[in-house]
Amino acid sequence: MFRQWFHRWGSPPWFYRMSGTLLPWLSVVAAGLIATGTVWGLAFAPEDARQGNSFRIIYLHVPASFLALAGYYLMALAGCIGLVWRMKLAFWAVRAAAPIGAALTFIALVTGSIWGKPTWGTWWEWDARITSMLILFFLYLGVMALASAYQNSDSGNRAASILAIVGMVNIPIIYKSVDWWNTLHQGASLKLTSAPTIHGSMLYPLLIMIAGFYLLYAVLLLLNLRCEILSNERHSRWLQDFLGDKR
Amino acid sequence: MSSILGATFRREWQLAWRNLADAVNPVAFFLMVIALVPLGIGTDRQQLAAIAPGILWVAALLASLLSVDMLFRRDFDDGTLEQYLLLPGQLYGIIWLKVLVHWLFAGLPLVLVSPLLGLMLSLPADARPVLLLSLALGTVSLSLVGAIGASLTVSLRRGGLLIAVIVLPLYIPVLIFGASATAQAAGGIFPAGQLAMLGAFALLALGLAPLVVMAGLRIATEG
Amino acid sequence: MYFASFADLIAMNGHGIYVWSAYAIGYAVLAALIIQPLARHAALSRQIRQQQDED
Repeated sequence: MFRQWFHRWGSPPWFYRMSGTLLPWLSVVAAGLIATGTVWGLAFAPEDARQGNSFRIIYLHVPASFLALAGYYLMALAGCIGLVWRMKLAFWAVRAAAPIGAALTFIALVTGSIWGKPTWGTWWEWDARITSMLILFFLYLGVMALASAYQNSDSGNRAASILAIVGMVNIPIIYKSVDWWNTLHQGASLKLTSAPTIHGSMLYPLLIMIAGFYLLYAVLLLLNLRCEILSNERHSRWLQDFLGDKR
Repeated sequence: MSSILGATFRREWQLAWRNLADAVNPVAFFLMVIALVPLGIGTDRQQLAAIAPGILWVAALLASLLSVDMLFRRDFDDGTLEQYLLLPGQLYGIIWLKVLVHWLFAGLPLVLVSPLLGLMLSLPADARPVLLLSLALGTVSLSLVGAIGASLTVSLRRGGLLIAVIVLPLYIPVLIFGASATAQAAGGIFPAGQLAMLGAFALLALGLAPLVVMAGLRIATEG
Repeated sequence: MYFASFADLIAMNGHGIYVWSAYAIGYAVLAALIIQPLARHAALSRQIRQQQDED
């Protein structure tokens, strides 16, 4: 039964049809969560005792950072599945996930930097979290660069997947090393998010935003995967039938 | 079995000797970058000494990165790589030996010349043995991780900067602990912890990197 | 609402420019992330249908 389920997931026609029916629902819920979280966080949550209203950037920065990191793991996992089971769809997921993750990392970096200005007085501060985010951005760029450098998309898929897996293994090492490095070069630095003291009224919109971003990531991944399917399967019978039917 | 590995070692060794220029380039690069530093920031000895640990490590890291591109290129071009891949049982050992010889000719010279370059940047004498030791351990990891990048790009025409983009993030932990070890030694304290981390990285790389390299080389020859 | 007036919401006690520019940039990137695959999908579908007509 697992084999059946697994084979179905690996089949582009089934996936294309399934994602097509799933997308509207996912999009509506994601949009709802993000809209709710944003409005709540911007207009209704109280300001932070120390940081004031600039604290509200957390509702964008933290979900973006979460998904940036989670997205890399997902990309590496897809790479694993592609390499082990030779599943085309998994490889296409790697290609789809990389730019999404890079963009989310970019959002995290920019919002983090803007947040830093009123908090620390500088646009850029080499604290552990931002530095780790920057390195994550580099890891994404590496996967994207490697995938696009190959003419043969098959080889490119496998190379990018291997690199994604190597990156995934290295992320804990890199994060821990940067953490340690930061304690050497910073004194007591003001932590951007003091997790233990965050109150409920400030926490709930954050959780809603995180949930919304998870769904948004799923939506973006499905959208991009569908494009990969179209692009790779354009000469196949099932696709031509499917699109022909939709007229 | 050992005859194939022995033959591989001999081949690599002879090729390295015949192409000694390949070994000189990383050292020349290392030296030149270090020379650029006072030219760029001035000759204040205090200032140079303050940044010396970091600069020495960054320069050595970049030199190591540049040297790694040729690790598999020759074999790829003349078909030897495909021959190696026909011996899956030996491949791990072959890769190990290739990287070892590469390290002896491209990594070790960097290590040996580093105390002199440290002197040029006013690095305190206490720090120079640690610089040497940290680089010795570090360049092992750098060569192995660099080999991963080389294996993933060997079949591509433009290798150079792409390898850098792939490999530099992976180099960062080694850099952090290597530079910190040197800086701490410059302050008079022996950096046992950092050196232990560098050793751990080297062991991890020695064990796992060849496996990834195998996968990368397979793509290069099958693609 | 936490703020006394809409004007206060915009100003955010002096931090308004930071908060609003952060959200503006963030949302702009998200919008691009959504629009790009939708546009690409439409273009690809069109191409495939055209090809089908030509066959």
